[in-house]
Amino acid sequence: MALAQIIRRLDLERNEKAATTAHLRLPASWPVVFLLLAFCVFLGIGSLRSGQFAQQTVSGLATGSTFGLLALALVLIYRATEVVNLAQGQMAMFSAYIAWQLIHWGLPWWPAAILTLLISFVGGVGIERLIIRPVEGHSLVTVVIVTIGLFLVLDGAATWIWSGIVRYVPSGFSTRPVRFGGVALSIQDLCTLGVSIGVVLVLWLFFQYTKVGLAMRAAALRPAAARLVGVRVGWMLALGWGLAAVLGAIAGLMIVPVAGLQPSTFQPLLMYAFAAAVLGGLESPAGAVVGGLALGAMLNLIGTYWSFVGSILRLPVALAVLLAVLLIRPAGLFGRGTVRKV
Amino acid sequence: MSYRRITAAGRLSGVLAVAAVLSVLPFLMSDYHQTEWAYVGVYFIAIFSLNILTGYTGQVSLGHGGFMMIGGYTSAILAVHHGWNIITTIPIAALICFGTGIVIGIPALRLRGILLALATFALAVSMPQIGLKFSHFTGGISGILTGYRPGHWLYPLSWSCAAVVFVLGWLVLRGRTGRAFRAIRDSEVAAVSSGINLALYKTLAFGVSAAFAGVAGSVFVIASNYAEPNNFPVTLSINILVGAAIAGLGSLSGMLFGAIVLEFIPTWSQSAPLIGSKQAPNVIQGLLLILIMLVLRGGFAGLLRRLGGFAARSGASLTDRIPDTS
Repeated sequence: MALAQIIRRLDLERNEKAATTAHLRLPASWPVVFLLLAFCVFLGIGSLRSGQFAQQTVSGLATGSTFGLLALALVLIYRATEVVNLAQGQMAMFSAYIAWQLIHWGLPWWPAAILTLLISFVGGVGIERLIIRPVEGHSLVTVVIVTIGLFLVLDGAATWIWSGIVRYVPSGFSTRPVRFGGVALSIQDLCTLGVSIGVVLVLWLFFQYTKVGLAMRAAALRPAAARLVGVRVGWMLALGWGLAAVLGAIAGLMIVPVAGLQPSTFQPLLMYAFAAAVLGGLESPAGAVVGGLALGAMLNLIGTYWSFVGSILRLPVALAVLLAVLLIRPAGLFGRGTVRKV
Repeated sequence: MSYRRITAAGRLSGVLAVAAVLSVLPFLMSDYHQTEWAYVGVYFIAIFSLNILTGYTGQVSLGHGGFMMIGGYTSAILAVHHGWNIITTIPIAALICFGTGIVIGIPALRLRGILLALATFALAVSMPQIGLKFSHFTGGISGILTGYRPGHWLYPLSWSCAAVVFVLGWLVLRGRTGRAFRAIRDSEVAAVSSGINLALYKTLAFGVSAAFAGVAGSVFVIASNYAEPNNFPVTLSINILVGAAIAGLGSLSGMLFGAIVLEFIPTWSQSAPLIGSKQAPNVIQGLLLILIMLVLRGGFAGLLRRLGGFAARSGASLTDRIPDTS
């Protein structure tokens, strides 16, 4: 498989100092690993000592995993085109509305969900082809403004078609609680967590072992070289947008049963996803997921135990995290420092 | 090169003509339309302030609604809690926003491109939440009622503020400072190597831009009679950027058009046949925005330049000259 070898070489070039087993090496530096381990130990000990803490941790991790999925979608697009898609949250919202509509028409949950993912994929590819491709390679301002335009269109269209009232979308999973030694955890939270982790694993396998996945990575890392070995770079970027839309749709389907479906619910969600992505380092998929989980757990615990923050200041706290990371370690937890060519 | 520069006299007469039309306008309109046009003035100031930062200095900001909110609340709090005359609060609002802008500008020195846009977006998103939280000062969700009935003086007030801001901004942009801004926009490295103090001019651009946005926010609160968090949603920040893009970034000639579009698109598109609905404005604004970026990247100013036959650099529109700084 010549392509795989080339990708491996491209990857190695990128991390010059990395060992030959490129994907087995630790994705972060030791202090970061230590910090994360300490955080996990903190969560573990707290959960063992108090049932409420355990509950809040699990539901925080579940919410965080959906942030992580959206953050992953942002990272996918960012790695390929250095563009942050400001409409990502609105794309997820639109997918959730499609699911609601399908269920409303009488489809059972699972077929509706799968159909939604398909529609989202096609929609994502279509968006890239229609409006992102024409501005490819233009200045940042231009591309950012185009994604803002997309944000406005999707937001307005959703309110227009489905009106602004809160819609209820059922969950695909049981909503009753399950007991673990006196602690009641909701099955839905556990399933959300499980689905997110499953999706991330599948995605990892896809990017590591399939021809299309490798080609997508090559197109993102070295467009010119990838084109030389026969990768259709333009289509790979479109595929990336499609995948990002699917990730957004999954996140949307997971969130909506808890938060209710309304265009405005997804605006803060986008900011949480940004914060998660920046926390993990905008370049790193693993970082996005870990960042999402950490942010979700942290916010839930802070909101529960620090009454000054409550629910109103949750978003500003997340943004303070974002700002702090940007200022102290712009590469994020998992990112590598970049050298800019002048 | 068939490049004809518009002479300084030509430009001045253009500005004077617009000013003359604007000063006659209120005598021809009903009170209701006067209020609408006063809001056009507010948007004009806001677009100008963003244009200084994004169009001239190349720093993308999605947080100008946040600055407007700070300015607006400054006016409301001073006028209601401290008994100031609300018009004298405008310069104070500008000063406070200048300070805030400088403070925001300092982290901006380390962030470039998209990260800066995210950081300023964070400002826009969190300001309304902060307004809700510290209800002791801000009145929480119900906000602060200023109690000033905007009457016939609203239009003159709004447009004289716009005129002052325009002249001040033009003075800043035309000289040494403006050249430094544009140099930073075109290439930071080149700017530094020709001796421009990057830290100074970047924070200055943030300060000036925020101060003007504060004036816009202040007049906005005076015009709408109250300051409340819902008046300054995230979409306001986005709308300002939309207006600036429609007007044409890095150019002054399209700003009035951008402001008019921002004010009237909601009304027009609601009453439009076939698609008329309450939600149409967002969709239409978004489509317009995408279309302008795809087809007419210089915005309205670029169109003017082309129509006038002054297009010197065909193909290279102004936004393209803002270097990719990510």
